[in-house]
Amino acid sequence: MVENRPFLTFLTHAFLILGFAVVALPVYVAIIASTHDISTLMSGPVPLLPGSHFIENYTQILTSASAANGLPNYSHMALNSLIMALVITIGKIAISIISAFAIVYFRFPLRQLAFWIIFVTLMLPVEVRIMPTYKIVADLGMLNSWAGLTIPLIASATATFLFRQFFMTVPDEMLEAARVDGAGPMKFFRDILLPLSRTNIGALSVILFIYGWVQYLWPLLVTTDPGYYTLMMGMKRMVTVQDGVIQWQLVMAGSVLAMLPPILIVIFMQRLFIRGLTETEK
Amino acid sequence: MAGIKIAGVSKIYAGGVKAVNSVSIDIADGEFIVLVGPSGCGKSTLLRMVAGLEAISEGEVSIGGKVVNRMEPAERDIAMVFQNYALYPHMTVYQNLAYGLKNRGTPKAEIDARVAEAARMLEITQYLERKPRALSGGQRQRVAMGRAIVRKPAAFLFDEPLSNLDAKLRVSMRGEIKRLQRRLGTTSIYVTHDQLEAMTLADRLVVLNGGRIEQIGSPLEVYHAPASTFVASFIGSPAMNLVAGEIHGNRLAIGPALIDLAGAPPASGAVTVGLRAEDLRLAHEGETVLPMTVDYVEELGAQRLVHGLVGDQMLTASMPTDMVIGESLSLTIDQDRLHFFSASDGKRIGSGTNVATDKTTAAVETA
Repeated sequence: MVENRPFLTFLTHAFLILGFAVVALPVYVAIIASTHDISTLMSGPVPLLPGSHFIENYTQILTSASAANGLPNYSHMALNSLIMALVITIGKIAISIISAFAIVYFRFPLRQLAFWIIFVTLMLPVEVRIMPTYKIVADLGMLNSWAGLTIPLIASATATFLFRQFFMTVPDEMLEAARVDGAGPMKFFRDILLPLSRTNIGALSVILFIYGWVQYLWPLLVTTDPGYYTLMMGMKRMVTVQDGVIQWQLVMAGSVLAMLPPILIVIFMQRLFIRGLTETEK
Repeated sequence: MAGIKIAGVSKIYAGGVKAVNSVSIDIADGEFIVLVGPSGCGKSTLLRMVAGLEAISEGEVSIGGKVVNRMEPAERDIAMVFQNYALYPHMTVYQNLAYGLKNRGTPKAEIDARVAEAARMLEITQYLERKPRALSGGQRQRVAMGRAIVRKPAAFLFDEPLSNLDAKLRVSMRGEIKRLQRRLGTTSIYVTHDQLEAMTLADRLVVLNGGRIEQIGSPLEVYHAPASTFVASFIGSPAMNLVAGEIHGNRLAIGPALIDLAGAPPASGAVTVGLRAEDLRLAHEGETVLPMTVDYVEELGAQRLVHGLVGDQMLTASMPTDMVIGESLSLTIDQDRLHFFSASDGKRIGSGTNVATDKTTAAVETA
């Protein structure tokens, strides 16, 4: 596609801009809405220009608003979300890199079967197995606990599969050189494989953190104690007001704030992220 | 420093395929042994069994008098240089060299000293802080050798270490490996498929074919008295001419040519006759003549290779460059330069320099 055709260039750009608009417009509306007061929002179409209540709304959401709806305050929920996302990220990476190590480098009975069982779980995301998983978690008494919130989400195969593929590209001679150099299996893992997987781990962390941060359905099911509410659930609760007006300006302010951590992570880890997905260090 | 004894070693893969078939080699302390053969002859497998990277199905390997069959590679006191170098890409050159020592709990000061010494020997001191990625192929190869040297092992094992380098670098690295091995006096086993590399490096050559030893001997012994047609065609460039011949009484017939054999004929009936291209020369008056129809000529600069037919058999002769080559040549060969092989199994039939059976003496002289 090196030829220079003005019409084609125009067309591709038009589609690109259209796509961007479709994605960006709701975000823009949310940001705008979070800067108006409630009477402006209730009295007609959503304005398209920023209003004057920016500081007021954001101060309110960060200090008192959520408490008014019987929710923990915003920072508490943000902390819950953060803990959940981090535990899921670290847990998933730890488990999957170790299981991939076992599958690729050790010969044990039913190794292939083990791999396929792990692989099949790829086809069963939380939403599909939500009833049995809920039953198990409930029977184990893990409702309303960090364990119940995170463990079922940690157990999945995506990352295992990616690490397995990466380990298979590491030349066998690397392992052999390490063996001649007197490194046992765990030393090889720590000294050679982990550093080599650095970029992969970085890229996966970004994906998994966002995955954990946006979890909605599962936390909603397993927690009834407001102390465990995450941001995503909090936003939902704010919209379901029994009587009275929904504080849309606060809901929007809350949404905008909730969007920030994933955006920041993507911005700051972008280089690592792209390298991890495209480059293999060898 | 230690000798290595390989006694009746076999590698049998699942399904009964014998990749290495009861191989026995006695390697003296400080000797440079080259395992050479075409791909799939089991030379790498044999080396990897000595290294401990591959389980030994049958037989026994001992290093320095200790049987090492059940030992981990690290316990065998060997160091290995791999074909693709296998440097740790995330470590600096220094860390690459130091890793094996660190794992053995060598004190920091000694690691520093040994790495510095190896780096100086290989002239890689200025690259110690670099990552392997930032090095050229030749430099990486040196680092890989450095990783072997710092350990001061009982033996070096080389697995085709030069095959990833370009031709010119290969020649100079070949010389360096040889010099280094001389200087350190460390027993070495070197695997290659390149017969020239094998000839130039080896104290003793081990020619392998189909998992079996075809011949063991110094490069010159193997060159001058190949034990079989396989060795004859594998060692030496251009390859030895192997033609069908027939011995009647004391006359050898090759195509239309008849050669009188002085003394008792080594065999009678059909034989395979080996003639080195460089042993063939133009016939003077009154000498037996092998008439050759010239097919084409390869100019190599220092010599030229003339390819042609004697009777209906292809022959290659090495000729000086100062003569005009016409349509046909009258060649001859001295009788003591003829090699005879059995026409049925390809084994050598007497004559020529005898195959040395004493393996240890051969090690010393060939340079």
